[in-house]
Amino acid sequence: MASSPDSRVAPLQDPVFLQDLRRQMLRFATLQLSDAHLAEDAVQEALIGALKSADRFGGRAALKTWVFAILKNKIADVLRQRQRLWQADRVLQADEDGEDLHELFDARGFWQPDEHPAAWGDPDQAIYNARFWRVFEACLDRLPAAQARVFMMREFLELETPEICAAANITVSNLNVMLYRARLRLRECLENHWFTPGETPC
Amino acid sequence: MLNCQKATQLFSESQERPLTLKEKMDLKLHTLMCSGCRNYGRNLQALRKIARAYAKGEGASDALPPEIPKED
Repeated sequence: MASSPDSRVAPLQDPVFLQDLRRQMLRFATLQLSDAHLAEDAVQEALIGALKSADRFGGRAALKTWVFAILKNKIADVLRQRQRLWQADRVLQADEDGEDLHELFDARGFWQPDEHPAAWGDPDQAIYNARFWRVFEACLDRLPAAQARVFMMREFLELETPEICAAANITVSNLNVMLYRARLRLRECLENHWFTPGETPC
Repeated sequence: MLNCQKATQLFSESQERPLTLKEKMDLKLHTLMCSGCRNYGRNLQALRKIARAYAKGEGASDALPPEIPKED
């Protein structure tokens, strides 16, 4: 175990690994905080926190998971203190809502023939492909800001409904609608740009 | 009988709260007959898996330039 190349150099002593990790963390934090300074601070704190217990981690994968877990906590803390930024978003939100549903469903609420969701198969293959993650980030980027934010709170930070509602200052049904629309769009974007299937039966 | 819009809503809410028995039955009945919604339900599960992987730092490797999918 100790002789695996993964743990030969302590990961945190390896400047290349560290730089790479830092870049990834920064991207992850910036995506959610949409503020370079706040993101920078969160990453810095998470790295310092991880350094304190770094000797407990043999491998890079374990260390990375650990650092990201700390980073997620930091991001959640920042978001909890930042309700005011939501107000402006929600005004924009009102304009954006509704249009997507008409594109996907007909008047009776059934799938438009060319919008039928396809079978994706196993997502694991995508997860290990760096190109897939660039597509994923681009799809996230395209979501309306408020939708993206609740989606990330829910799925990245794994916060529960009451917490998100409190932080975002919205009702449970607001939240459900926003998550519904975020998933609807994200699913479609990933299907169109990655899981591009062959013919789908009508 | 549910339509697809309602069925996809229930799929989304099932990731937020346990569905009621009636909701489950309605959804079951709908997906028996609708392959689009059947795929949708599986895709949402995959989406959750993907997001959780991303949050563990799997979205790694800066070796590649970011590529922005084109609108079609």
